[in-house]
Amino acid sequence: MNSNRLFSRRLFNALLPFLAVLAAFAVGAVILLLQGVNPLEAYQAMIVGAFGSKNGLADTLVKSIPLMLVGLGIAIAFRGGVINIGAEGQMIVGALLTTFVGVQLGEQFPGMLGIGIGLIAGMVMGGIWGAIPGFLKAQLGVNEILSTIMMNQIAIQIGYYLLRGVMIDPAEVAAGTNIPHSARLPKVIDMPRFTDMAQWLGFDQSAKDLGLQGYLGEVYGVLVEPSRLHSGFIFAVVMAVLVYIFLWRTTIGYRIRAVGLNPHASRYAGMNVKRTMVLSMTLSGAFAGLAGAVEILGLHHRMFEPTAVSAGYGFSGIVAALFGKLHPLGIIPSSILFGGLLVGGDKMQRAMQIPQVLIVAVLGLVVLFVVSTDYFVRKRSTRRVSVDSDEKPTDTTPTEPNPAEAQA
Amino acid sequence: MPFAIHYLLGIGDMANSSNLLPSGLPRIESLEMRGIVKRFPGVLASDHVNFDVKAGEIHALLGENGAGKSTLMKILYGLYQPDEGEVFLNGERIVIHSPTDSIKYGIGMIHQHFMLVDNMTVAENVALGLPSSREPRLDLDVVSARIRKLAEKYGLQVNPNSVISKLAVGERQRVEIVKALYRGAALLVLDEPTAVLTPQEVDDLFVIFRQMAADGHALIFISHKLGEILALTDRVTVLRDGRAMGTRPTAGATKQDLASMMVGRDVLLERHRPPAERGPVRLKLDNVNAINEDGVPILKHVSFDVHSGEIVGVAGVSGNGQRPLARGIAGLHEVTNGRIYLENDDITDLSPAQMFKIGLSYIPEERMHDGVVKDFSVAENLILQDYVRRPFSNGIFLAFKYIAEHAKKLITAFRVKTPSRDTPAKNLSGGNIQKLILARELARQPRILIAAQPTRGVDIGATEYIHNQLLKQRAEGLATLLISEDLDEVKALSDRIVVLFGGEVMGIVNSDEVTIEELGLMMAGEKRAELA
Repeated sequence: MNSNRLFSRRLFNALLPFLAVLAAFAVGAVILLLQGVNPLEAYQAMIVGAFGSKNGLADTLVKSIPLMLVGLGIAIAFRGGVINIGAEGQMIVGALLTTFVGVQLGEQFPGMLGIGIGLIAGMVMGGIWGAIPGFLKAQLGVNEILSTIMMNQIAIQIGYYLLRGVMIDPAEVAAGTNIPHSARLPKVIDMPRFTDMAQWLGFDQSAKDLGLQGYLGEVYGVLVEPSRLHSGFIFAVVMAVLVYIFLWRTTIGYRIRAVGLNPHASRYAGMNVKRTMVLSMTLSGAFAGLAGAVEILGLHHRMFEPTAVSAGYGFSGIVAALFGKLHPLGIIPSSILFGGLLVGGDKMQRAMQIPQVLIVAVLGLVVLFVVSTDYFVRKRSTRRVSVDSDEKPTDTTPTEPNPAEAQA
Repeated sequence: MPFAIHYLLGIGDMANSSNLLPSGLPRIESLEMRGIVKRFPGVLASDHVNFDVKAGEIHALLGENGAGKSTLMKILYGLYQPDEGEVFLNGERIVIHSPTDSIKYGIGMIHQHFMLVDNMTVAENVALGLPSSREPRLDLDVVSARIRKLAEKYGLQVNPNSVISKLAVGERQRVEIVKALYRGAALLVLDEPTAVLTPQEVDDLFVIFRQMAADGHALIFISHKLGEILALTDRVTVLRDGRAMGTRPTAGATKQDLASMMVGRDVLLERHRPPAERGPVRLKLDNVNAINEDGVPILKHVSFDVHSGEIVGVAGVSGNGQRPLARGIAGLHEVTNGRIYLENDDITDLSPAQMFKIGLSYIPEERMHDGVVKDFSVAENLILQDYVRRPFSNGIFLAFKYIAEHAKKLITAFRVKTPSRDTPAKNLSGGNIQKLILARELARQPRILIAAQPTRGVDIGATEYIHNQLLKQRAEGLATLLISEDLDEVKALSDRIVVLFGGEVMGIVNSDEVTIEELGLMMAGEKRAELA
């Protein structure tokens, strides 16, 4: 009976994020009803829009790429005991340097080499942007939440400055329109799209040619037929696996987690806590910068309005990371889910003629519910633990995990 | 909550008639817990336990960690609901749903760890959470006046205007007592109240407890310190594995009786320390000085040495330089002046990582805080210093197979009770966490060991084990610096004792030639001894 209860409690905790999403939808339904919109139809439009068709699926996966990369960075920071709210800015500076390097190098290094250089440029720049607040925190005790948010603003303004100055597309200047965007990066360093890769592998028939019907046809379409979906998705998934290996299999990952969980014991064990904090922030920023680089090389192929490139991924990525329980492999599905919500929201807007603000409100509810359930779980667990430690932190039966903590 | 409200309004504070307590509240003549059963997944934490306490009595609840003392008291305080069993107050059945209920019935609890807001005054802490007599404004003057009255009646020296952070540990304990009394406690549960106190403070506290009992309070005293139970209590109930092993009057009981009842086998309370076979000097401190963050000296001209095959004890009242001493040697606290040598090498300015590399092992006094990463598994905690070194890793990737084998070996060798090596450290009992740290530190084959409060809050069985391990390592030639506030422990294990007072060495004495009284005088800074 007891093991049953324990099991159901674990199941409940595992399902909690999904319950949070359902609860957010339920509250969102009330708002939609008040607007005279049938929520069921609206949500149907959303889900079908995000996952039901080739184009929807492709868009969902495209949006999941930056979410995943940012989420991985967030997970590293949180695991290391520092909080990074600056992924927006780190993405922007990463995208800026990638664009700059790509335009400057031109067609000197076509293909993988050029793409690699672009990715590394973004990663390095994002890493620097993360290292600064990390360093300020470690050396001067500056709160990293505030400094990373401030760094976002600096990145945005630097972006505008550069795009109106040295980085502006010469064609715009020539035409006299002066729209602040960069020149297009050389095509030779575009990250290949799924359809390109499929062609290399010899899949050149469309779904219709093969006679694939229904959803199978749509899925085949995503993988093979022309769409915006690019190899950045595979790259991000590979990165997630690498981050998992990094955090749980390597000595540096061990150190980051130790410092995140207990900086005091880590210091007593001879670890350099401050340096590890800076490292966590740097890596976190590097992944956000990488997200910016992949957006440029895989999707936009030029830099334009900074906030439109980062597009809120720096914040949504935090939610995706929390939803994925700060576990690199959990972040893969959670990024796809949130990518779907972003795309589905768009589709819902068009299908139901719902004002954009309502979609934002519903998405905001999802974020709110997910984050607060996470804090709810964590708070409950710490409360249980502290109730225990009030009296005797050590008075647990040694042969069995403390029930209060097992529940948490 | 009738008692508390009457009390706050000052209604009950008129007479000191026979059934009223000095605080003006009715006594709890008897409280009885009958057939209490509490099950947790896989564990019977409380197995048909009967327990009772009467007004004017101090009843000890004795048992090892995990025996069910806390579970029973959490049920009494309303934090847990019993699966079976009933609670009777003055013969009437009551149900305690929450701590609010228990406070209403006049049950107060003094926790082992203080529940005080450090940067508030005593009065503010006492008033915390209680309605003011003139809402919405605060009534701290009224509270202060009442605290003074209570303090006077109970002989507790407490100044309502002192800020908690400025108070010594013993004073904070008194604040907790005042707080419970203020809230109308007629029955007080004292959960290891002496765990953080010095011998002198313990004596003061016991005077207060005896007075409270004499005034008609009922006291439940939880401890596993046998000496304290014999000295203070009237009756003792021994718990083991969730079952009550029996209740008996304390008078006439011996430490040995109680220890055997508690552990379920004969326990050796005496330590056998064979004559030292001293080797060459391992650790040498030469005129070491250190300051705290405010620039105040906390170590002054400290010089002593520790030989191979020797345990040197450090005795002193808490806060007289023991912590900076240990941290200074480990490289965690800067030494401003003076040198520290390991054999012939100057190690004064080495970082902790370098110290660990050349053979220091350190058992920090705050084991949960500084000794383990609670959310890491047992196996992960066992490699906290050496994870970067072979064979635990090749510098980049962790060698899981070896780490698991290492954990398996140490869990067996040091008898760490854990469901598995992958269990998070936080699920282990205090004694087992201490064994885990001991295992980690000794398995590193250190040249010097600093053991700070190695048995604080650890039960008798684990203490016996840890002491024997320290003596075994001594026989094998380890140089150990044992820092402890438990004078019996220091005397039993150490060959020589360094007494610290105000960061200064008051003397270095041979453990076999000094009495506890002499040590006490040196600890109080009233006596200096010739260096041994």
